[in-house]
Amino acid sequence: MDALFLQILNGLEKGGAYALIAMGLTLIFGTLGVVNFAHGALFMIGAFVAVTMQRIFNFSLEIVDATQKDFLGNPLKVKVPYVIEWFGDGFGGFLIDWSVPLAILLAIPVMMLVGFVMERGLIKHFYKRPHADQILVTFGLAIVLQEIVKYFFGANPIPTPAPSDYRGTIEMAIFGLNLSYPVWRLIYFFFSAAVIAAVFAFLQFTTFGMVVRAGMADRETVGLLGIDIDRRFTLMFGIAAAVAGLAGVMYTPILSPNYHMGMDFLVLSFVVVVVGGMGSLSGAVAAGFLLGILQAFASMNEVKSLIPGIDQIIIYLVAIVILLTRPRGLLGRKGVMED
Amino acid sequence: MSKMNFSRRGVLKTGAVTGAGLALPTIFTSSASAYTNEPTGSSVKLGFNVPQTGPYAEEGLDELRAFELAVQHLNGEGDGGMLNTMSSKTLGGNGVLGKKVEFVTGDTQTKSDVARASAQSMIQKDGVVMISGGSSSGVAVAVQSLCQEAGIIFMAALTHSNDTTGKDRKANGFRYFFNAYMSGAAIAPVLSNAYGNERRAYHLTADYTWGWTQQESIAASTEALGWETVSNVLTPVGAGDFSSYIAPVINSGADVLILNHYGGDMVNSLSQAVQFGLRDKMVNGKQFEIIVPLYSELMAAGAGSNIQGVYGTMNWNWQLQDPGTQAFVKSFGEKYGRPPSGAAHTAYVQTLLYADAATRAGTFEPCQIAAALEGFEFDGMGIGPTTYRAEDHQCFKDVLVMKGKDSPANEYDTLEIVEVTPRAQVEYAADHPMFGGAEASLGECNNG
Repeated sequence: MDALFLQILNGLEKGGAYALIAMGLTLIFGTLGVVNFAHGALFMIGAFVAVTMQRIFNFSLEIVDATQKDFLGNPLKVKVPYVIEWFGDGFGGFLIDWSVPLAILLAIPVMMLVGFVMERGLIKHFYKRPHADQILVTFGLAIVLQEIVKYFFGANPIPTPAPSDYRGTIEMAIFGLNLSYPVWRLIYFFFSAAVIAAVFAFLQFTTFGMVVRAGMADRETVGLLGIDIDRRFTLMFGIAAAVAGLAGVMYTPILSPNYHMGMDFLVLSFVVVVVGGMGSLSGAVAAGFLLGILQAFASMNEVKSLIPGIDQIIIYLVAIVILLTRPRGLLGRKGVMED
Repeated sequence: MSKMNFSRRGVLKTGAVTGAGLALPTIFTSSASAYTNEPTGSSVKLGFNVPQTGPYAEEGLDELRAFELAVQHLNGEGDGGMLNTMSSKTLGGNGVLGKKVEFVTGDTQTKSDVARASAQSMIQKDGVVMISGGSSSGVAVAVQSLCQEAGIIFMAALTHSNDTTGKDRKANGFRYFFNAYMSGAAIAPVLSNAYGNERRAYHLTADYTWGWTQQESIAASTEALGWETVSNVLTPVGAGDFSSYIAPVINSGADVLILNHYGGDMVNSLSQAVQFGLRDKMVNGKQFEIIVPLYSELMAAGAGSNIQGVYGTMNWNWQLQDPGTQAFVKSFGEKYGRPPSGAAHTAYVQTLLYADAATRAGTFEPCQIAAALEGFEFDGMGIGPTTYRAEDHQCFKDVLVMKGKDSPANEYDTLEIVEVTPRAQVEYAADHPMFGGAEASLGECNNG
């Protein structure tokens, strides 16, 4: 029983990441009509924004300590981070410790900029091309971005720990069960829920959001009303990029970032979008959490011993069943990708 | 539509004719040689086939650094490194058999099919006489059998599965690196001392040849101590998030978690196990412990403080004090500004051993080189006297038991050597059941 609850928590936390990426994917698809296979790369870049933040705070001056030797027998160069030198152990130490959450502040502008450049510089030119072309060019872009990150940060995962107070586990009593679960993973779930809520509120309760929704429903009519819908859609691309980036930043303490983490998440997130229904935001969120939880259950030994390898195919299996019974996905609308 | 079909067929036809035309001269030249890719010019080419992308990429990149260094030393550049310390004194820094050594590299992506395609291209297009590389036993086994068929020598680098020199051993393939059985045999007595003989172990195992044999080996040697194996769960390579595999460990009644993972997978599974608070738990009245049977410095760096106090084994470590190790660490450290990893050491040593065998044999002919390597005893290359066993082409030498250091002094000071397990303790018969039993055979050496 404990194990089941833990798996639900695991599923919610993982589902949170799927939902955030899938939401961006479906948002871009709904507004711009582009299947953006570089969206996983945006998640990865977000994670590396956190790495960069950590590097910036750990940027050190080297003091040669003649009493200690390095591995070649030369005097050891001791590194002292500049922030410690400037602000002392207290505030300087806090900055280093909190570099992951603080990276959110850096990630929002950086990711929106990356999104704008990507959309204006490359993807814009593919709006009128077939979906296959769009997939090819964005997939290629994802590989290019991946290689750039690998060039600068190497191929190994880079440890990016959570603030020291949030590294351990938290004891919880749910339905009389005493569970202990990693604090940061719970934070991640609540964080993703908050971001999802914020995006929904933005689209639902602002004039800008209303125009975007109108544009998603009928682009031509909105254009005829004299509204520059393209400009708004570009901004939506930036927002989608920022959402994926935030998902990446906060995920770094869970999974040490490496250059190919985007690809790992992209394929699953794409399935999430298809299961949820192309272009449906709430569908993407629901499917994200659903598939996250199902995947967690399928990884349990009891399930794996019944059906070996189920943990690796469950998501695709569910996708097949849902597409056979509901070809438009869980919450898909009529007319999307059907012309 | 039909027009398009026509042109496609046309392209195919033209391609086939051109391909046959291009292949024709090679067929004639290859029949003229005594063996595959016999070098005729003033140089000889080696192929280094390593993962430059994927979960084992960092190990592959470090192997490449070492290969490059080895080639430099063979050609007389740099300080000569282990050329000065190895017991066999045939190499003088003037190439191999008077020919300058050149090399080509390939990216295996840690995938068997990609690795085979890359090796194939090295053999046919680049004309290499030897392929080295690895990282992932699945890849090593696949490339080894390809080299066997093509008639060139495969000097396996980073491959730890029993199968490489066990049931999948080949006459043209040689392994310097230790294997899963040796890890199990070396670590068991240390575990017994540290954690006692009444433990319940839960295994998470990478789902491919290396993971399976690693799990089998360490389960056998810990069960011999009296430990119980509670469960063994196979996990996909490159899973990233292992939380859904780790959560069930908590209430399984196990008090030890054995991670049969490597590279990026090990970094993730270990870090996540620590996040789940496993190491702070008391189970069955004992402190919960985590074990990583196969360690590497690069993984230790990736896992950060999570490895502190965790036991594992290594083929070699730069902290050893013998002259061979010191010479290699100096050359490598001065060139790249960092100590070499175990993977780098194996890559370097295998290249030198090949060059030495070719020099002793007086030819690049694969079967003569194989004969020169079989039963070859050498020293001065780190980790003491070593023998290339003739029956299975596996090297036998001491094995290191390592532990994550509690208070690292710098970024490379991550692991400490707990014990140098003597070679006698990790030896086994060539027809051991874990190595394919009596049916396992090298087959016939192939010159191509």
